[in-house]
Amino acid sequence: MLLKLTFASLYVRLLTISMTVFAISLSLMLYLSVEKLRTSAYTSFTDTISQTDLILGSRTSSIQLLLYSVFRVGNATNNITWESYEEIINKDEVEWSVPISLGDSHKGFRVMGTNLDFFKRYKYRGGQLIEISEGNYFDDLYDVVIGAAVAEKLKYNIGKSIIVSHGIKSFTDHDDQPFKVSGILEKTGTPIDNTVIVSLEAIEAIHVDWSSGAKIPGQETPIEEIRNMDLSAKNITAAFIGVKSKLTIFKLQRWINEYPEEALTSILPGVALHELWRIIGIVENLLLGISIVVIFTTLIGMAAIIFSSLNERRREMAIWRAMGASPNVVIGILMLEAFIISFLSTLLSSILLYILLNILQPWIDDTYGILINIELLSFKDLLIFILFIISAMFVSLIPAIRAYWFSINDGMTIKI
Amino acid sequence: MEKSNLNADTIRINSVKFHWSNKNDFKIYVPEFNVARGEKVLLLGESGSGKTTLLSLICGFLNPISGDIFLNDEPINNLSARKKDQYRCDNIGIIFQQFNLLPYAKVIDNILLPLYFSKTRVENIKDQKETAANICKSLRLPDEVLNMQASKLSVGQQQRVAVARALIGNPPLIIADEPTSALDKNAQSIFLDLMFSQISESRSTLLMVSHDESLSQRFDRVINLDDILKEGD
Repeated sequence: MLLKLTFASLYVRLLTISMTVFAISLSLMLYLSVEKLRTSAYTSFTDTISQTDLILGSRTSSIQLLLYSVFRVGNATNNITWESYEEIINKDEVEWSVPISLGDSHKGFRVMGTNLDFFKRYKYRGGQLIEISEGNYFDDLYDVVIGAAVAEKLKYNIGKSIIVSHGIKSFTDHDDQPFKVSGILEKTGTPIDNTVIVSLEAIEAIHVDWSSGAKIPGQETPIEEIRNMDLSAKNITAAFIGVKSKLTIFKLQRWINEYPEEALTSILPGVALHELWRIIGIVENLLLGISIVVIFTTLIGMAAIIFSSLNERRREMAIWRAMGASPNVVIGILMLEAFIISFLSTLLSSILLYILLNILQPWIDDTYGILINIELLSFKDLLIFILFIISAMFVSLIPAIRAYWFSINDGMTIKI
Repeated sequence: MEKSNLNADTIRINSVKFHWSNKNDFKIYVPEFNVARGEKVLLLGESGSGKTTLLSLICGFLNPISGDIFLNDEPINNLSARKKDQYRCDNIGIIFQQFNLLPYAKVIDNILLPLYFSKTRVENIKDQKETAANICKSLRLPDEVLNMQASKLSVGQQQRVAVARALIGNPPLIIADEPTSALDKNAQSIFLDLMFSQISESRSTLLMVSHDESLSQRFDRVINLDDILKEGD
C-alpha cells in the first residue's frame, strides 16, 4: 500500500521527477563512462607489451625508450651497433631477443624493421601472440606485413604495392624500391595495429644509396644488385629481450647500463609503463574528481526538489498522521521516494551508458587505440550504484527530518 | 471497544493545560470536559479560539503540559508517541476542514488507508472493498467514483469520501474539524444529513467543531468553547 501510494504520488509529479531522474542518470553515466574509459585506457596501456623482460636502447630516459620502442612515439636519440647488440644477446642470461629498427614511415604510419622472431616472441595482453589474419609473414626482401589499422584506413589488400618514405615526416620517398603487402595482422588494440613491419634487411636495402640520413646524389644501385648484397643490419634502434631466469634481470640490466663500449639503457617495461601512467594518470584523476563532484551536486539537487515540494505536501503528511502513521512513516515515505528516484536513475544511467559506449566504442578505438570492453556491469559498478542509492537516501534525510518536525508540530492545526 | 466500561465517557478531560512554546500569548486551560458514549457534540467557537488545538490534544497530536485526557478510560497523554499513533488510528476517525484526501491516490485507496495502520479496524469488517462500496453508496457517491483519482472529485464528494474513510472499521470516535466550511449552504445540509445517518448507524461518538451556530439543532449537545476554556493558569 505504502509503495503503491508512493508510486502514485511520484506519478502525479511525473515531469519534475523524470527531469530529476534524467539529470541524475546523466551525471551517473558521466561518472561511469569516465571510470570505464579510465580502466580501459589503463588495461589497453599496460597490455601493450607483456612477457618481455628488458627493452634495450641507446642511452636515454626510460620513458622515452618505452615511448619509441613500444608506442612508436618520438624518436631514438641514437642507434645501437650490431656488435654491441650481439655481445649482449650472447650473454648466458639471455634466452631470446628481437631487434627492431625504426625511423622510416609510410603515409604517417611508422615502419619497423625486425626479424620473424618478432611474431614468435612479442606478446601483448597477458601473453597473446600477434596473429596474421590474411597472407603470410614477410618472405621476400620487399615484403611488408601491415597492422590491422593500417590496412583498414588505407584500404590495403594483399599484393598492394607501397612506397616507404624516409624519416617520420619527409617528402623523400624510397620510391626506387617498392614493397608488396604480404600479410595483414589481426587487430591487437596496441600500436602494432598502426605499424608497417618489414625485415631488418629491407631497412638496410632501402638505405644502400643513403649516407648519414641523406641520399647520395647520383647514386642509384639497381634492385638486382641490392638483392645480392650483404644486407645484414649494422645498426638497430632497440631490442626486446627475454631472460632465462627472472632472478637475473637486474644483474643483466645493470650490466647493460654499465656497458663500456657504448652508452646504452635497458628498462623493465612494466616499471616504465607504470611510471608513464603516473604522469598520464593526473588527467584521469581530474576527470574522476569532476564526475564525483557532478554526482554530489545532483544528489543535493534531488534533495532540493524533495525539499521544495515539502511545503505543499504538509497537508498530505497531516493526512498520513491522522490515519495513524507515525512520524517515522512520514520519514520513510520520503526516503522511499529518494530510493525509487535513485534506483530508477541507476537503471537509466546503465542503459544510457551502453548506448553511449556502443556509439563511441569504434571511434575511441580508432582514434586512441583504446579498446573499451562493453560488458555487463562489474561488481565495482554495482557497488557504486549501491553506494549512490545509500547516499541518496542519506541526503533525503534532510527534507525527511524537516517533514518529521512538520508532522509532529502540525497535527491538525495546519491550514493550507 | 469491548474491554471498556459501557457507561464510560468517550472523552474525559481533567485540568488540561497547554500552550505553544513559540506563541507565548496563546494558552488554553480546560478544567473539565466530557463527551458520553454515542453522544453527538458540537463545539462552537470563533476561529483562533483554540478549537483545533483542543482537537489536536484529544487526538494525541499534542501533549498537554499538565492534566489528563481519557479516551474510553484510557489515559492517552501517558502513552508513548508510538502507542498514541496506534490508539488514534484504532479509535478515531478524523475529518478535516478540506484537503482531506491524498489527491494522487484512488478514492478506494483513500478510504482503505486507515485499515493499513489499524488491525483493530480491519477486524471490525468482513470485506474491505465491499464495506467501502457500501458506505459510499449510503453517502450517495456513485460506484464509479471508487476507482477515480481523489483530486478529480468535487469538494463536496471529497468531503463525503473523507466521511467514508473516517467511518471505515467503525472507530468509536469521529472528530470533525469544520467539515462543512468549504461547502455552500445546500451542499452543507446534504453532507450533514448523510454524515449523521452514517454516524448514527455505526453508533460512533461525534465531536465536531464549527463556528456556525445554525448547525446546533442536529446535535445532542452544543458547547461554547468559551464555557469550557478558562483563561489563566
